[in-house]
Amino acid sequence: MYTQALDIPQQNADAKPLRAVENAAYQAEFDAKVDAGGFIEAKDWMPEAYRKTLIRQISQHAHSEIVGMLPEGNWISRAPSLKRKAILLAKVQDEGGHGLYLYAAAETLGVSRDELMDALHSRKAKYSSIFNYPTLNWADVGVIGWLVDGAAIMNQIPLCKCSYGPYARAMIRVCKEESFHQRQGYDLLLTMMRGTPEQQEMVQDAVNRWWWPSIMMFGPHDKDSVHTDSARWGIKRISNDDLRQKFVDATVKQAEVLGVTLPDPELKWNEERGHYDFGAIDWEEFWNVVNGHGQCNVDRLAERVQAWEEGAWVREAALAHAEKQAARENAGRAAA
Amino acid sequence: MSEQTLAAAPGTATPEQLEYLLRLGDNALILGQRLSEWCGHAPVLEEDMALANMALDLVGQARLLLTHAGQSEGRGRDEDQLAFLRVERDYRNVTLVELPNGDFGRSVVRNFLFSAFQVLLYGRLSSSADAGLAAIAAKSLKEARYHMSHAAEWTIRLGDGTAVSHDKAQAALDYLWPYTAELFAASPADDAVAAAGIGPAWSELEAEWEDLVLPVLAEATLTVPARVPFKTYGKFGRHSEHMGHLLATMQYMQRTYPGAQW
Repeated sequence: MYTQALDIPQQNADAKPLRAVENAAYQAEFDAKVDAGGFIEAKDWMPEAYRKTLIRQISQHAHSEIVGMLPEGNWISRAPSLKRKAILLAKVQDEGGHGLYLYAAAETLGVSRDELMDALHSRKAKYSSIFNYPTLNWADVGVIGWLVDGAAIMNQIPLCKCSYGPYARAMIRVCKEESFHQRQGYDLLLTMMRGTPEQQEMVQDAVNRWWWPSIMMFGPHDKDSVHTDSARWGIKRISNDDLRQKFVDATVKQAEVLGVTLPDPELKWNEERGHYDFGAIDWEEFWNVVNGHGQCNVDRLAERVQAWEEGAWVREAALAHAEKQAARENAGRAAA
Repeated sequence: MSEQTLAAAPGTATPEQLEYLLRLGDNALILGQRLSEWCGHAPVLEEDMALANMALDLVGQARLLLTHAGQSEGRGRDEDQLAFLRVERDYRNVTLVELPNGDFGRSVVRNFLFSAFQVLLYGRLSSSADAGLAAIAAKSLKEARYHMSHAAEWTIRLGDGTAVSHDKAQAALDYLWPYTAELFAASPADDAVAAAGIGPAWSELEAEWEDLVLPVLAEATLTVPARVPFKTYGKFGRHSEHMGHLLATMQYMQRTYPGAQW
């Protein structure tokens, strides 16, 4: 499977679609299916814009999973106990697995993993900005599980019912594992909060650094949001602001149980709305990081590119060996 | 209960038996630590996952083996005290596993050479007179077999791949081969443990190890280096220059925050 996956011929992403004229009947059938909450499958007709939107979103998601291995991977070799080392290794391995089946879901739309990798490495594709923040102490590992994975779950649960079948099915598994990661992260933090003052300070420090970036993960306010077709197509079913509010509402109580302070003086319950109010998000920071100026943007991508380039000879060897094997088998058959 | 089983009951291990158990646990711990460094940096996503998975297996083995060593010692040391709070001289892993990863070729060739040894060792330990150790070995044997098969496949792919990969695999083998002699070096701990029926003297495994390893290296079109009078002593507690750096990283949290629970 491995060599086959690598050996998909390059395709021209800008090539004219084969179905240059979108058939009105197909469109009507597509719309009806989406409106009824049904799934579009890989072989079904779909509008080119829908296909492109999905490729962009799924590959961005896959890239986020594999770039996301780096900040937490930063702590594997320094994990403070063997149990925590094993948990973290398993978690980071899960992230790689998520990347793998998301790339596979994207491939059902007619792109190759190599093309998607090229887009990541050449900065044409983005990944979640959250991973451009540094992991500075061990509590960051727990806070990433609790807040970052928590926000990701909030974002991803609606995707389990999105209109594209392969993506929806991949997300069901991803969400199950993410929930597990979130609980593990929270457990790590609970243990530290029951520990020494130094451990408690580490947790608070990590919460202070990750809180705002986590709520930025839901993206711009609805009024400033693009890609609105996603809602019509059944890809995005709940708006950014609604998801963000849901996340804040769920997290405040968890922070109280943990005994940490969320770094927002304006955070307070609004009886009238039935939700927590929270302070203004620093969108300038958000866009700075999205546009490549976060502390780790350059390093994260450089690390991915380096791994890919240094691995080129290995991938070439695997292909060469597979070809030799096939040639030997053919020669054997011919001689027989 | 036989006399031999009693010999490894909690708190009754002899210094030789403890040294032997620590050697098993430390080999898994230190190679697990090295393999985990690959996470996020492998040549292809599938290998990121495979290497992390093997690191996870090895850390799991280390936890069981060090817990067992601590109980056999009877001084109340748990897996983390043994893993993180010993001085370098007290680690008993072979030098081979502490060497830096190098490129992917060196990492998989090392995995192959070492996991083949582990397969034989765990196979023999599965019938150890120490019932706890036998159970750990039986579980770990399945993992070691998978590690060996994965590493053997890659060793063959790289050796019999391109000219570049062949040269890199050969360079890896040339570099690592001399370190394998330490696996089979005689030691008083081995003699005592073998006499008690707890495990084999590692020198007994050399011929079988060559039977496992040499055919794969031949299929990989690699040339086995001649034995040279090169000696290392990691399993006796005299390590390479790399070990201190590995421990500095691995022990960082436990040394910085003594006594904290995680």
